[in-house]
Amino acid sequence: MSLIYNEDQQQLLDSAQDFLAARSPVAAQRALRDADAAVGFDPQVWQGMVELGWSAVAFAEDQGGLDFGFAGFAPIFEQIGRHLSASPLLSSVVLCGSLIEQLGSDSQKQGLLPGLIAGEQRWALALEEADRHQPDLCDTRAIRTDSGYRLSGRKSWVIDGLEADGWLVIARLEDGQRGVFAVPAGTAGMTLQRRQMIDARNMAQLLLEDAAVDASALLSSDQFEAALELALDRGRACLAAELLGCCEAVFAMTLEYLRTRVQFDAPIGSFQALQHRAARLYVQLELMRSSVMAAFEALDRDQADPAQRRQLVSLAKWKANEAAQLISNEAIQMHGGIGVTDEYDLGLFLKRIRMAQSQLGHSAFHVSRYAGVRLS
Amino acid sequence: MNELEEFRAETRAWLEANCPASMRTPMPSEEMVWGGRNVEFCSEDQKLWFERMRDKSWFCPDWPVAYGGGGLDVRRSAILDAEMRRLHCRPPQINLGIWMLGPVLLEYASEEQKQRFLPPMARGEIRWCQGFSEPNAGSDLASLRTTAVLDGDDYVINGTKIWTSYGNKSDWMYALVRTGPMVPKQKGISLIVLDMTSPGVSVSPIDLISGKSSFCQVFFDNVRVPRSQLIGEVNDGWKLGKALLQHERRAMSRFSESALPTHFDLDEYVKRCLPAPQDADEVALQQRAVACLMDEQAFSLTNRRMIDSLSARQDVSGLMAISKLVHTEQEREKFEILLQLLGNQSMGWSGDGFASRDLDLTGAWLMSFAQTIAGGSSEVQLNVIAKRVLGLPDPVQGVRS
Ligand SMILES: Cc1cc2nc3c(=O)[nH]c(=O)nc-3n(C[C@H](O)[C@H](O)[C@H](O)COP(=O)(O)OP(=O)(O)OC[C@H]3O[C@@H](n4cnc5c(N)ncnc54)[C@H](O)[C@@H]3O)c2cc1C
Repeated sequence: MSLIYNEDQQQLLDSAQDFLAARSPVAAQRALRDADAAVGFDPQVWQGMVELGWSAVAFAEDQGGLDFGFAGFAPIFEQIGRHLSASPLLSSVVLCGSLIEQLGSDSQKQGLLPGLIAGEQRWALALEEADRHQPDLCDTRAIRTDSGYRLSGRKSWVIDGLEADGWLVIARLEDGQRGVFAVPAGTAGMTLQRRQMIDARNMAQLLLEDAAVDASALLSSDQFEAALELALDRGRACLAAELLGCCEAVFAMTLEYLRTRVQFDAPIGSFQALQHRAARLYVQLELMRSSVMAAFEALDRDQADPAQRRQLVSLAKWKANEAAQLISNEAIQMHGGIGVTDEYDLGLFLKRIRMAQSQLGHSAFHVSRYAGVRLS
Repeated sequence: MNELEEFRAETRAWLEANCPASMRTPMPSEEMVWGGRNVEFCSEDQKLWFERMRDKSWFCPDWPVAYGGGGLDVRRSAILDAEMRRLHCRPPQINLGIWMLGPVLLEYASEEQKQRFLPPMARGEIRWCQGFSEPNAGSDLASLRTTAVLDGDDYVINGTKIWTSYGNKSDWMYALVRTGPMVPKQKGISLIVLDMTSPGVSVSPIDLISGKSSFCQVFFDNVRVPRSQLIGEVNDGWKLGKALLQHERRAMSRFSESALPTHFDLDEYVKRCLPAPQDADEVALQQRAVACLMDEQAFSLTNRRMIDSLSARQDVSGLMAISKLVHTEQEREKFEILLQLLGNQSMGWSGDGFASRDLDLTGAWLMSFAQTIAGGSSEVQLNVIAKRVLGLPDPVQGVRS
């Protein structure tokens, strides 16, 4: 792979563009928000994504996947960002799918993956307990019983947690190690609470009080930490690609406005003060794209050195966070009053951008993580 | 084996046999060899390497053989480049003439001029400097006022050039001069080349904030230059000057490539000065340094992406337009962080208490301010991005704002 899209990726990009422009434009996102649907996405759009093969891209053929490689997600998430499209692709396929694929036994994989890839079963990752991304924090406990485990704890931020068919719950075992449990919907002792967020997507708090699961719910705890880190890195790269797409859309809107809005008898884009700021946004956009592409390149090579992967993924998420911060803020400022109206789409982008920045690690988190590799 | 692979093998073998081991090490800036009348070598190996490459006609590998070049096509000269990089060969000499003026002569000069100027250039016999900027013509280069007036078979030159890098050490200058009217100002400019030892040329070096420098002001007092040394058409020099500045960017990147890349390696300094950050100020400084390293990596990935795009025949004009701006601003940030990491020890001016490395750092920090100005200031780069890349409208004259 290189740092530009190959032909196959380009095709994915084009078909994603066509599909999302037709079925999931920004207006559809606005309508979803106004309808106040807790599930936060349109199941028919999700079904369409599944039919296009998006849930199968990265899985091996013997698991029912397309074996395209992880790099297929770069163009898909870029377009998802451009169109602001909501779907459980990140939560169910990228995050949960990665964990099941890596840690599931043969029978667990056979039980879970086909439904997940077919879009019939939707899983959500119950990891975060703190208000900021702290993947190592885990006070949720798993106590061994005769027939399985009892889980107790609070998962504060579960992406797409409402109306899921099951949750992958990270919990600490009695030996101090962490493990992940596949907890199906309907399990007693679980309470879900809807959290209504600025981006109007599906977010839940999950409360576990002696939720009893079979022993077979525990995925292999061998290599759990390494597997979780890889799954999160995949998610981080996808979020970075989504941010890239969001920023492209926002920047294009801003350039258009600079060219057409007239004040003082001149297009505001002829004012050098704004030209220079726009040029700096462009610089950040290009640096962001290179960083995102490099992260996918590292993830696509299965055998990539984990330290190098960690470094490049953190670079991508950091750069995406930072660039998106600047671009979203400047975009609103350069639009003047219209930029802060609900009627205009910029606000929807701003809200999604902030959520994506914070999910799986804000900037300071990734600077520290990058430093851990680079300065060691 | 196809022809190209054969060429690669031959080239590799030749370089291995002919490039002395000491010429395959990183090159401190004081060990750069500048071709010219008074070429100086610091070692026998340098001289050997210089002469062997010269005799192989590989100072200008891609120029036609008729003008002293190596006659290699694009792919072969790329192979030579790659093989030299692979073996870490130092450039045998640095020569602005070859990199900047040469290509313009090849395109625009008369046959006679090519025969006269190119072969000595290709043998590294002449050191060239660039006389474009003037005290009142910097970013707005076209407002230059140094005049060249025809008198018989000579042009008579009067005026002054400033910031001329190595003006005091160069043999010849290529200069933009005014041969026509000021209005419109781009229309009256010509490109001319002249011997720096001509009567009436005087040069005085400028002290910069970093101390003594090789940037000079050059004065012309009735300097007579044969009209045969005007390149291209009279009053058509603006086009040539712009072409030349495009080659400048390429030359600058070669130039920095061959300098010691890890001369001021931020990673090493951070590890050394902040081995285990504890206090809030140390943590904050480390975060700032790491962010700088991350930005540098994002930039080097962008350069890699540019190469990937080029080989896929995609448009890279946008990426090229941000390159100088990003690189020089990142360097400045890097030096500011180094200053904070090292504290007072990095702000010494002279004397025994400071290692030469410390003083080099002080100098490099001060020179980083010049880089965001020279070769098109950051603001000018931003103008170019806004207009050519983003297509934003030109300022409207007489707007009330
Ligand atoms: C170390 C060094 C080496 C150099 N070497 C050479 C050399 O070998 N040969 C040579 O010919 N020249 C050389 N130069 C000159 C260099 O090209 C000029 O310094 C440069 O073009 C800027 O011109 P100026 O210094 O006159 O600044 P000015 O053009 O006067 O600029 C002053 C300020 O105004 C800003 N500004 C100017 N125009 C605009 C605009 N349109 N929009 C917004 N802001 C603007 C600039 O960005 C800058 O901040 C060198 C300069 C330096 C510092």
